[in-house]
Amino acid sequence: MAAPEFEIPKFKEHLEVPKIQEGSMAHIKSFISPQPTQEFLGYPWELGEDWKERALFKMGDLLGKYRSLRVFMDACVHCGACTDKCHYYLGSADPKNMPVARQELMRKVYRRYFTLPGKIAPWLVGAEDLTKETLADWYSYYHQCSECRRCSVYCPYGIDTAEVTMAGREILNYVGMGQKYSNEILGKVQKIGNNLGLPGPALEDTLAGLEEDIEADTGVPVKMPLDVQGAEILLVTPSADFFSEPHVESLIGYAKVFHAAGVSWTLSSHASEAGNFGLFNGNYETMRKVAMRIRDAALELGVKRIIVGECGHAWRVAYSFWNTLTGLGFDGKDPFSIELQQQLDHRYPQPMHICEYTWDLIQNNAIKLDPSANDDKVITYHDSCNVARGSRMGDEAGGQFTIPRNIIKAVANNFHDMAAETIGEGTFCCGGGGGLLTDDLIEVRVKGAYPRMNALNNVVQEEKVNFMATICAICKAQFTKVLPYYGFDRSMVGGVHQLVSAAIKLD
Amino acid sequence: MAIVNIAGKDVDVDEEGYLTNLADWNEDVAAYLAQEEKVEMTESHWEVVNFLREYYNEYQIAPAIRVLTKAIAKKLGPDKGNNKYLYELFPYGPAKQACKIAGLPKPTGCI
Repeated sequence: MAAPEFEIPKFKEHLEVPKIQEGSMAHIKSFISPQPTQEFLGYPWELGEDWKERALFKMGDLLGKYRSLRVFMDACVHCGACTDKCHYYLGSADPKNMPVARQELMRKVYRRYFTLPGKIAPWLVGAEDLTKETLADWYSYYHQCSECRRCSVYCPYGIDTAEVTMAGREILNYVGMGQKYSNEILGKVQKIGNNLGLPGPALEDTLAGLEEDIEADTGVPVKMPLDVQGAEILLVTPSADFFSEPHVESLIGYAKVFHAAGVSWTLSSHASEAGNFGLFNGNYETMRKVAMRIRDAALELGVKRIIVGECGHAWRVAYSFWNTLTGLGFDGKDPFSIELQQQLDHRYPQPMHICEYTWDLIQNNAIKLDPSANDDKVITYHDSCNVARGSRMGDEAGGQFTIPRNIIKAVANNFHDMAAETIGEGTFCCGGGGGLLTDDLIEVRVKGAYPRMNALNNVVQEEKVNFMATICAICKAQFTKVLPYYGFDRSMVGGVHQLVSAAIKLD
Repeated sequence: MAIVNIAGKDVDVDEEGYLTNLADWNEDVAAYLAQEEKVEMTESHWEVVNFLREYYNEYQIAPAIRVLTKAIAKKLGPDKGNNKYLYELFPYGPAKQACKIAGLPKPTGCI
């Protein structure tokens, strides 16, 4: 598709807060999910006559189910601390992309129907009726939030805007305004086993081809096992790792690491996807169904360990939600939860991130590395939002920041971080997370990438950085697409295990 | 959904211009889709498009980029078997743009 025309923000030495441009992003409308896709997920596909009752019913349902949502609706005092923290606001200048304003789209409806003052004197408390225009605004602006939670780091009340966005999208789905991109993916992962819709035979063929490539390249027969009963480790990774560049380079890296460690491992054709877009559209039951596939595969294959590949939100779901989605926290009496817990080897963290696994091996000198293999690169590291703010790694606070960097420093000689306020806990989203990685939102993605691109440009200028490593399939795909808009080469982005792959010495 | 008339035939396309029915594809349709994408079809483009269709017929999915680059390398030599060459042919991204011209569904996911 021919790229639409829009203005790309200019680089600055220090990021400036833009002057507001009201309505500058109001034209954004992601494609609506069609009937078959909606039906499969159990949602309507167009507004019915009772759309308003349905919307308010679902809102009440979510407010009752998630106490957090009610607190977030009530607690905001409009202090403004979040206003200049969102990458979409910084890149687009649309004031409705200030987190407080984006949430206010829901909060004004909440006040009108769920608080006493709003019911009797709406004009006094900024309460407004729910209209079709409001819904249209929700649809536009709740798809201009990547649920990255940067704003919540700076909120003195800890309001998590991502949860408001998730609730907004769940209500929209419930009235028949689903998003095509995320919902098609949620269909494919449940019907075929991965977000791409890559069927078993194609996966097998792709993996066989990669084995050939690695052997041709290194002379070592590194394997990519699929559906191996009784393997020690089940690796779940985003299906983009099988399909795309640069993703596949990291997949090759994981395989080399397992080979060098001499461990038995397998991929699963049933659970050939780590990603879980149920998180993005805010439906807990969908998220559970998608996560169940991984539990089923682990039980069926009888593995002792589950390791998650380079996927940001998958790691958040695995680390923070698997327990209550599909594990003992879901139902302590569930026989499958109990069976899986007995099956897994609890000398290791379950689940484990591939970076934790590799870093353990490096610390124990269990793999040999030649960092000079990456001497053509000057590397920086982009913290992916869901890893940075939604999970952890290792057994020390901040492990999710130090472990990937430690790996990079062990496999390469040249590393420079970007400015402190743009990494770690305060990392800027890539601009394509949370279900926005679709061509119909390219303007949102390019503008939302601006703060990250600006920080990258500074280290490119000052430190001659020529490679940005990351551990998320969305980040990799997003940067591959948007880097050229900012004058960079698309191959500047890649995975941490892409670097490991280059440096690891195989026997 | 929209219907476009290509060389006297009504063809269903989705909002992004991908064919709704794989069976509607023929070389005229491909030429039309390429024109919409501002891609001038040369023999090299056809090589890619034809390979995509063959692969899709066997596996019901477009080939992974590695599978594609390898197939091209075998046919046209190693200097063309890479991602850069594919981007030269299909600047908006080989996975999506080439699939569209080949009449295949749009690949989804984190790609």
